[in-house]
Amino acid sequence: MMADKILKGKAFKFGDNISTDHIIAGKYASLRSNLPELAKHVMEDADANFVKKVKSGDFIVAGKNFGLGSSREHAALVIKMAGVSAILAESVARIFFRNAINQGLPVLICDTSKIKAGDKLQINLTKGVVTDKTSGAELTFGKIPEVMLDILNEGGLIPYIDKHGSFEI
Amino acid sequence: MGKTLSEKILSEKSGTDARAGDIVIAQVNLAFVQDTTGPLTIRQFKEVKHGRLADPQRTAVFLDHAIPSPNRQLSNDHQFLRQFAEETGCLIFEGGSGICHQLVAEMFANSWDIIVGADSHTVTAGGLGAFATGMGSSDIAVVFALGKTWFRVPESFKISINGRFKKWVGAKDLILHLIGVLGADGATYKALEFDGETVSNMTIPERLTVANMAVEAGAKVGIFPGDAITRKYLAAQGRGDKYRKLRPDADAEYERAMIIDASELEPMVAMPHTVDNVTTVSMVADTKIDQVFIGTCTNGRLEDLAIAAAILKNKKRHPSVRLIVAPASQQVLIQAMRIGYIQVLVAAGAVILPPGCAACLGVHQGVLGDGEACLSTANRNFKGRMGNPEASIYLVSPATAAASALTGEITDPRQVT
Repeated sequence: MMADKILKGKAFKFGDNISTDHIIAGKYASLRSNLPELAKHVMEDADANFVKKVKSGDFIVAGKNFGLGSSREHAALVIKMAGVSAILAESVARIFFRNAINQGLPVLICDTSKIKAGDKLQINLTKGVVTDKTSGAELTFGKIPEVMLDILNEGGLIPYIDKHGSFEI
Repeated sequence: MGKTLSEKILSEKSGTDARAGDIVIAQVNLAFVQDTTGPLTIRQFKEVKHGRLADPQRTAVFLDHAIPSPNRQLSNDHQFLRQFAEETGCLIFEGGSGICHQLVAEMFANSWDIIVGADSHTVTAGGLGAFATGMGSSDIAVVFALGKTWFRVPESFKISINGRFKKWVGAKDLILHLIGVLGADGATYKALEFDGETVSNMTIPERLTVANMAVEAGAKVGIFPGDAITRKYLAAQGRGDKYRKLRPDADAEYERAMIIDASELEPMVAMPHTVDNVTTVSMVADTKIDQVFIGTCTNGRLEDLAIAAAILKNKKRHPSVRLIVAPASQQVLIQAMRIGYIQVLVAAGAVILPPGCAACLGVHQGVLGDGEACLSTANRNFKGRMGNPEASIYLVSPATAAASALTGEITDPRQVT
């Protein structure tokens, strides 16, 4: 039996309606072919110091409708490049949801109101449980549709298509 | 049980009996990118094993977001896109042709089509009865290679619109009102399906304006029936033979039904910094503004410029307001010149920008200063959207935008006409 997939890190808390312009502003369009430079501006218009504070494995914990707006997949990509290992939100915008999964970045839908900024979290992706090690709270997150889970498990859409040649549904 | 428009199109294109909630794999009629999402899409496409276009004639590249290029990096991106088009034989539309969504409406979209684009406002083509939606670069790269993709068949909201709009109230006010009611996530993953007596009299440009902003309520598509008005538009664009009637079944199942009385609507405004922060223009009249921007895939069409020209004819912009106008396409610009709208707008003090996205996304051509307020006919007013998180954006109709350009304050168009 395979071991449960566990993620550990610190919570970076954001509110409702964090748009793709908060995540990576349209004004940086000229950096989109220079991803390391683009990634320096991740979340800039929501928290100017985010990129300095975030460490590999940490989590973005947001409210409703995370990632609304543009289809720019760069938004999911720069979050991943910043080291974020998963996004927890009460709800997520449709295009961003597909983009994050296509980049192999888990998006977990749960009641994030119980998580505070800076809390240490442990996420069991296999069992679908978030444990807030700081407060002791346990949260369950909603099931990801099977097709998206398959894509996530292959590390993203491009690796999935490389392996399977097409969609297997 | 009958089917919604989305269920009908996804059934046909997947060869299954598609019902809300199902996951289907469907054939795509057109997949496209623009200049800010294209480079990543193409790099990902090149990673897909045996990466060859499924059909170059159903693959399009539009240069519209940053044209003419404001800097070296974007110029290099444009080069990369042109080179891709040359190598693969896909369709390419050079800077100045127009905004991707307007060109898709003018040249490609038909009822019963599935259209996907690496741009969230791909939903615009729903105005012509297409199942059209935005996706990210990985998804579009795979459609480029396979000619198909997976969809979750959306549940639909039936939005019935009845009654006649008051003078200077129209499609933009209607969709702002609806987004205000639904909220920015009120229709996430859903299809907004429009119907009713007002819809059967709405022009295609008006339908495109409404469909364009469906995504601002989180919707996957905003879709209209294909009817006599659709047929007339397609015929005028030289593809009348592509017309196929599209109607939902009378016993189709909807998750939610809403009725809007168009005759009760007032000029509306989305206040900073979310699109669902909607109120009436009269509630915020007299708010001082620094810039007015008329254009975009929401409201840069001929009919929008006609409204602006009617209000601004033989008048001048207020000296404290910059007025920027960007026609949505070359076709719009040529027609607007022929009729004389452009001359009226220039005489009123407008700066005319080339057909494209212009000031909408904050890369160039109208970036706001600290503390400034812009009244825009666009579809998004997120913090930082027009290049400066210290600025504010108010979204309005072309009529309200033009009226406000005259006074320097947010103004109900009925006050100046």
